[in-house]
Amino acid sequence: MSSTHNTSPRAPTFMDEVINHTPGDNRLANCIQCGTCGGSCPSGADMEHTPRALFQMIKGGFREMVLRSNTPWYCVSCYYCTSRCPQNIHITDVMYTLKRMALKEGYYRESSASEAPAFSSTFIDYVENYGRSFELGLATRYLLRYNPMGMVQMAGMGMGMLRRGRMDLIPTRIKGINQLKAILGKAKTLGGEV
Amino acid sequence: MKYGYYPGCSLERNAAAYNVSTMAIAEPLGIEFNEIDDWNCCGATEYTSIDLLAAYALIARNLALAEQLPDNGKLVAPCSACFLNLTKVAHQLEEEETLADKVNLALAEGKLHYTPGSIQVYHLLEVIFNDVGLDNLAKKVVKPLKGLRIAPYYGCMIVRPGYQRTFDNPEHPTSLDSIMNALGAFVVDFPMKANCCGGHMTQISQPVALEMLRRLLKNAADYRADIIVTLCPMCQLNLDAYQENVNAYFKTDYHIPTLYFTQLIGIAMGIPAEQLGIGKELVDARPALAKIGIEVPSEESVPEKKKHPKESLPMPTMSKED
Repeated sequence: MSSTHNTSPRAPTFMDEVINHTPGDNRLANCIQCGTCGGSCPSGADMEHTPRALFQMIKGGFREMVLRSNTPWYCVSCYYCTSRCPQNIHITDVMYTLKRMALKEGYYRESSASEAPAFSSTFIDYVENYGRSFELGLATRYLLRYNPMGMVQMAGMGMGMLRRGRMDLIPTRIKGINQLKAILGKAKTLGGEV
Repeated sequence: MKYGYYPGCSLERNAAAYNVSTMAIAEPLGIEFNEIDDWNCCGATEYTSIDLLAAYALIARNLALAEQLPDNGKLVAPCSACFLNLTKVAHQLEEEETLADKVNLALAEGKLHYTPGSIQVYHLLEVIFNDVGLDNLAKKVVKPLKGLRIAPYYGCMIVRPGYQRTFDNPEHPTSLDSIMNALGAFVVDFPMKANCCGGHMTQISQPVALEMLRRLLKNAADYRADIIVTLCPMCQLNLDAYQENVNAYFKTDYHIPTLYFTQLIGIAMGIPAEQLGIGKELVDARPALAKIGIEVPSEESVPEKKKHPKESLPMPTMSKED
């Protein structure tokens, strides 16, 4: 980031990497281990590590354990932790960084939430090719591949949505799709990271 | 009052009711929307998990297009997730020059440019609450929602974390409560009003997602809400479309309809229900609306429940007094 977090002439630690890959003044280094984040988290009870624990593990350099944790994938982006953190740490943004690192380094495959990235990438596939999201395609492609039984459960609801005209049968493509593809292509060559 | 308008993908289809009701109330409230031409998806909560710079460039294309609109840099997003993404990127590009430079390098490939600081993003709730104002809104009410018990549901991304500005309290927001009061509705206590609906969690882990939804539904039921009112397509979709799944999973029996706040504003303004997208919800809102004398023509014919003939069984009769 603009102010690279690395105070001494040494190889960057795991903590430095996480901080540098998170936009803005994310203040991760200022964690005081109070646990307000985990206590505020609506899905915290189902996480393998609370955010507080995860941050101490990051500090300790437990790279694999952190990037294998289901914690970032169970983050629902509700920003309770971010808004309540007495140290103003951008916790939700740190979770996004950990997801990207887990994907890049492949550790997500060993996580109990190993299918979560496929949902994101299926979603993004439609956005990159059409410029808009496409719910029916997303649901069918993702569920068929990863949760065929879920498809059966969801069929009733899907029919209800279709009947009320709440789902498109074909995706919409924006006019400037080539422009968008050029922009996204360039962004990816810039390293994908800030 | 003129604004740029970014509807977002949900409002095109699954939340079309939100879009039509917004358009129906806009003109009478003196709001003029100028939709961004050829806008693209904001990436929801998915793109940032995969590629940060591409995610920010995707969002910045919309900001760059909005900058070309003649609306003094005011952009309105009715969807909370779109609002959050647009406001986050607008804020962080202003905060960080290097990030803005990289994003603009990408935008340049599409012959676009975004000047950091040129767009302020507003949620529709903010516009109605601050710019229209409660007094003006109350003046337009011809059919007060008297007798309707409303649980005002904010969800997360409208009130937290407040990237460009804080517009309501992140823990105990009250703007939607005040709007519903101005319409004459009875606003019930709803302690979970700013809790999360789970967002995309239904796709990641259903048990976790359904438990989050169960808590919200139980809270609304505990306070005997007739309707949950929302301002986000994701919240509406989760509470409405997954309510049956919650009932099946937890053996509960919730039937609480979830409507958009713009639909209730429209009803109070005397706009016919069918022009407000009412009937698109999966958990039928008609019984609740019938309570205050609002008739909604049914979109599909629902077979009437068989009534027992009165003479079928000899039942003891109750005296009328309570």
